[in-house]
Amino acid sequence: MSTLNSILILLFAFLAVFCESAFSGFRNLFGAQIDLLPPLMVYAALSAGLPTVTATAVLGGLFFDSLSANPLGITVVPLFIVGFLINMQRDLILRDQLFAQTVLGLSASAFVPACTLLLLLTGGHAPMLSWFTVWQWLVMTVGGTVATPALFLLFGWFDHMFTFRSATEMSFRPDREIRRSRRS
Amino acid sequence: MLKRPHYAAIGAVVLLTLVLLNLPSHTAARLKLAVGSLFLPLFGLANSADHLANKAGDAITTRTELLRQNESLRRENDDLKLQNMQAQETARENARLRQLVGWKPNKPWKFKLGKVVLRDPANWWRTVQIDLGSKDGLRPNLAVMNMDGLVGRVSSVGLMRSTVVLIGGADCKVAAQVVETRDTGVIGATDQFDKSLVALGFLSPGAKLTPGQTVITSGVGGFFPSGITIGKIADSRQIDFGLSSEARVKLSANLSALDEVWVVFSEPNQ
Repeated sequence: MSTLNSILILLFAFLAVFCESAFSGFRNLFGAQIDLLPPLMVYAALSAGLPTVTATAVLGGLFFDSLSANPLGITVVPLFIVGFLINMQRDLILRDQLFAQTVLGLSASAFVPACTLLLLLTGGHAPMLSWFTVWQWLVMTVGGTVATPALFLLFGWFDHMFTFRSATEMSFRPDREIRRSRRS
Repeated sequence: MLKRPHYAAIGAVVLLTLVLLNLPSHTAARLKLAVGSLFLPLFGLANSADHLANKAGDAITTRTELLRQNESLRRENDDLKLQNMQAQETARENARLRQLVGWKPNKPWKFKLGKVVLRDPANWWRTVQIDLGSKDGLRPNLAVMNMDGLVGRVSSVGLMRSTVVLIGGADCKVAAQVVETRDTGVIGATDQFDKSLVALGFLSPGAKLTPGQTVITSGVGGFFPSGITIGKIADSRQIDFGLSSEARVKLSANLSALDEVWVVFSEPNQ
């Protein structure tokens, strides 16, 4: 994948964190804000190399924590785990299949908040936990599951718009054409 | 099978995380503000868009509607002027009596209006950020309220932005008092399912609480000045085998729809 794709992924991480903080419509409607970084990690892991995956986890995590009451850097680890594991198995995953995208999006969106909460509790912090947290976790999981294929579509569209398509090679070669003509 | 780049990536992430998590708190806070300041252009953009939308809304408001609003505001202004006159007389009387008894006179609160620019993206914290910072004279632990009641307190201050911990959050305990019975307690965490309800704990076992009683800040503890409305008692129950009681308070301020808030500059224990 191109450098442009990596830049777009990082730019999306920046904008996603801003939108999660600035727009509360979804939160007011469902009681929880969805997190777009886990679906983005799935996309990055399946479409870019390890440096992009690492950069997305680090920058996305830092952006998220800078606008949150989380300790700075705590979200980096769960995001990196998701991206790293998927990137390791990317040759075995049919990344264009909707089913694969959905399952990976669901797993990542369920894992990242749970792992972040576990790290917060391990670090002696006191996040607000109650039975309502289970609902919020479900909303985040479902939201992330739906967002993953949508992200693949969006980035596919960007890729189609901004990168040149390689010319497809045909089996036909003009220099090997048998010229048929009448002998004069 | 892991290859060398994989080990390098894992090492880099682990090292970075360990360094960041072990930074001294003030360095981490500064770093957080520095990273957060990358979003400033987007805040500006969002503010401009909001301003433009408001302007467009103003442009299409009819003259009849404006006249109606003007009349309504004029009446409200007259009412408030009369109330203010009465309050000034009460304040003068209060000051005279305080002088006679030898009590320290009350200083009036000062306010600064701030706009809520963003909410915490994580669902397990209850914080918002406002567009006032140290350049506006803000410092940690100042009370924040809106026209309905107490909203929270300032937890950290940057140059142009500050973080406010909302009431009911883990880091925002408020010493409270029930107006009708003078019972005191501490406002703690929010209800499990209804975010507009908070727990009022550490009440005496004999507290006679009934739904609808008003809860205000007691001024004990030094962070919050006394007399700011918190909410109304929703229900109460005995806990710890009748050794103490707990109540649920319906918050006056709607914390889900915060737009503008007032930061209260007051002296402690006032």
